[in-house]
Amino acid sequence: MSAAPHLRANAPLFTEPEWDFQTLDRTYKAIEQIALGDLKLDVFPNQIEIISSEQMLDAYSSLAMPLMYNHWSFGKLFAREEALYRAGYSALAYEIVINSSPCISYLLEENTMTMQALVMAHAAFGHNHFFKNNYLFRQWTNAEGILDYLAFAKKYVAACEGRYGRDEVEAVLDAAHALMDQGVFRYRRPPKPSKERVLEKRRRRMQYEEEAYNELWRTLPAGVEPPAAPPIAAQDEEFDGDMKLPEENLLYFLEKHSPVLKAWQRETLRIVRNLAQYFYPQKQLKVMNEGCATFVHYTIMNLLYDRGLITEGSLLEFIHSHASVIYQPDFDDKRYYGINPYALGYGMMADIRRICEHPTDEDREWFPQFAGTGDYMATLKDAWANYRDESFIEQFLSPKLMRDFRLFGLFDKADNPAYRVASIHNETGYRAVRSSLARQYDIGIAEPNIQVTGADLKGNRTLHLRHKMHRGVPLHLATKELVLAHVERLWGHDVKLEETAEG
Amino acid sequence: MSHFIDRRLNPKGKSLANRQRFLRRARTQIREAVQRSLKDSAVADIEKDRKVRISTKGTREPRFRLDPRTSGEHDFVLPGNKEFVPGDEIKKPSKSEDGQGGKQAADSGDGEDDFEFTMTQDEVLDIFFEDLELPNLVRTTLKETPSKVWRRAGITTAGSPNQINLIRTMRNSFGRRLALKRPTLSDIGLLEAALAKAEEDVPQTNETRAKIVALKEQLAKANAKRKWVAFIDPLDVRFNAFTEQPVPTSQAVMFCLMDVSGSMGEREKDLAKRFYMLLHLFLKRRYERVDVVFIRHTHDAQEVDEQEFFYSRQSGGTIVSTALDKMLEIQKERYATADWNIYAAQASDGYTQSGDARHCVDLLNAEIMPLCQYYAYIEILDEREMEVFASEDSGAELWRAYRTVAERWPNFVTKRISRPADIFPVFHDLFKKTEGQAA
Repeated sequence: MSAAPHLRANAPLFTEPEWDFQTLDRTYKAIEQIALGDLKLDVFPNQIEIISSEQMLDAYSSLAMPLMYNHWSFGKLFAREEALYRAGYSALAYEIVINSSPCISYLLEENTMTMQALVMAHAAFGHNHFFKNNYLFRQWTNAEGILDYLAFAKKYVAACEGRYGRDEVEAVLDAAHALMDQGVFRYRRPPKPSKERVLEKRRRRMQYEEEAYNELWRTLPAGVEPPAAPPIAAQDEEFDGDMKLPEENLLYFLEKHSPVLKAWQRETLRIVRNLAQYFYPQKQLKVMNEGCATFVHYTIMNLLYDRGLITEGSLLEFIHSHASVIYQPDFDDKRYYGINPYALGYGMMADIRRICEHPTDEDREWFPQFAGTGDYMATLKDAWANYRDESFIEQFLSPKLMRDFRLFGLFDKADNPAYRVASIHNETGYRAVRSSLARQYDIGIAEPNIQVTGADLKGNRTLHLRHKMHRGVPLHLATKELVLAHVERLWGHDVKLEETAEG
Repeated sequence: MSHFIDRRLNPKGKSLANRQRFLRRARTQIREAVQRSLKDSAVADIEKDRKVRISTKGTREPRFRLDPRTSGEHDFVLPGNKEFVPGDEIKKPSKSEDGQGGKQAADSGDGEDDFEFTMTQDEVLDIFFEDLELPNLVRTTLKETPSKVWRRAGITTAGSPNQINLIRTMRNSFGRRLALKRPTLSDIGLLEAALAKAEEDVPQTNETRAKIVALKEQLAKANAKRKWVAFIDPLDVRFNAFTEQPVPTSQAVMFCLMDVSGSMGEREKDLAKRFYMLLHLFLKRRYERVDVVFIRHTHDAQEVDEQEFFYSRQSGGTIVSTALDKMLEIQKERYATADWNIYAAQASDGYTQSGDARHCVDLLNAEIMPLCQYYAYIEILDEREMEVFASEDSGAELWRAYRTVAERWPNFVTKRISRPADIFPVFHDLFKKTEGQAA
């Protein structure tokens, strides 16, 4: 693979299961050499942090971000995770990695040295390369700014709590969280939330309030607000009478056009919206992201072993854990919880390597572009950079893998008493199964398509939403009512949602 | 090593603020759950961390989601085909088996059912207190240990004379005397002896005269030095230091007496249990060791374990004095007043065989009250009876009899209750007293 001949090392990097910082450092350097030298990965600078299990639970419950504003739902998540963990139902993740620059990976202190090596290869190089290179992350998330922005968000929400009361802030956050899935721009790049601009705006607002402060306002009865600062005329995105309907981003629309929200409430909506936007690519890249990280750690660990840098015992420990990570239970197994993204992602990427190195005739027919080229890293890097789950599956899922997974497609109509098997892993079915699976990962289909179609600002101020049903599938009734109640709170007037057929 | 940061020592509990928000949010559900779990737990367990299971009502996080089960059509792919060929049909799980159906498709990710988590004792107590409507001041005294003891805390340079640490003081003094070369008494003695000898020398030569002068000078110097280098200097003095530390004082036994005849239903027993719990909680804070003795009675009293005390029923008449006899018997056997503080809590519905009340009063006045720190009696009524007996003076035979005891002994309290919130006033004096002590 690499031009430099690698001699077998004299001694492995570690032989004991316990780790210490010297060993970690030594191992990190060896992994880095392989990742950058052999695999030619391209990564953000790494920052690796060792944390305890309790801190890992903390991290879980704040959406895996190192800092986050306070909200009860995170406390609920923590209580639930903790109970599961203490009861032994769920093991903790070995690592959490954050898409930021520097790329922060958390390692659990309880991991053995082998696991630490595995996790470093997985997170600090696999995920990291993917974060830096995939087009969705490059286009939609701002890895350099996210931590600063979160720090701002946390401070801002805390300040609002102090100023307007916890209940008020909680109500806005509850409503905003309910609309998080509808709070993203799917097709156009959102205006960049530059931190400086946000701060500048706030500063100007504060300045105005200070200048306009009048002792008399304190004598107002409770509940009467002193006049807020006038909206500061910024050229780009302030209300200009044209609401540019239809609008797919409900949070954005409410933030800009709701007749009842105060400035701080709009800012809070914007925080949640930016967060939703930050997480939006991750939702579309589960299979590829985990697949990439798993493939990278598998390759690196094996190279470490080939070069005598880890012992046979470590290799076995690694293979054991790797095998359980990529295990895919069958649909009728009671452990089945959907398709395991690690299994599918890793399976496809290992399969690409096989097709590049040892193609069969079938592969040559299906994948003439790269079958037999031998340079699997080139093909993989291209895939990692330019595809998302849906297109990746549509493009790269091979017949062999469909046979290995024994994939079959079902057709379901709500009125029918039974599912119909539409296609299976055979010559006539490959393409149908593959497309069907790919669509399953298309977030545009898996999530409801809801848009703002109108707002009667001159009349009774009713807000009109429309759900364009895909193949006649409606919204879940009970949750729909609950979410609409939240929308009404933010809009301040009646909200009507109609569900229409596609057209 | 620039890549690694050890975060393990960072403060934990980053999500504590979120937890408080969550508990506040789910207050109603948690309250119900805690009360349910208190009902099933032992009197002494009130202070433990406990698992509670709450419904997610009130903490739902709704999102728009698709529901392909009501109408419309969709495709999905599953792994692990074994025998199906195109055209086969697979029966859908029926709608009632929601859990099963959830496995099928990615779009039914609901998962919002009950869940279980652990609450710390403080969180549980807060809710327990809230229900009993304890005044805030009492809550704090209950949560803190009120009694204090003086514990050694090393050595200081200031203190009262009776706390002088002689060994340290003498050691310092000795060291200082050595360092400053203070002449000892024997040094002086030697000089004096030499001087005396020199003075006795006759005839006196110039040499001896000079010697005498020198010796006298030395002696004077030595004496002067002994004067200004004191044997014990204020600098040397050390005192033992003590600090106040909170400790539970000693041990207490709590007698729980209850009428378990047919007239005591589940509601009555539940109220009684809270009454015992509160007393137990209070005793726990004050005493290092608390024993609980359960005595139940009908026409005949027995010592039983907690399980039987609260959950089994007996038929028979009601003779309250048998329980008092039993209590005395156990106290004599196992709990000498010299070693044990004795508390008693009695719950009943107020009925006893006629004539027995007289007997009870005699027993209490003559034997029991002199032994007890505190004796609390509650009569559990239903709301309707509560109205009838609005006045303290009216009541059944036992009540009227106990009122006479209460008049005589300030540490005997009686109270009628019909709701959990009525319980606390029974202990009012008990808590007032401790506050007074603590202040």
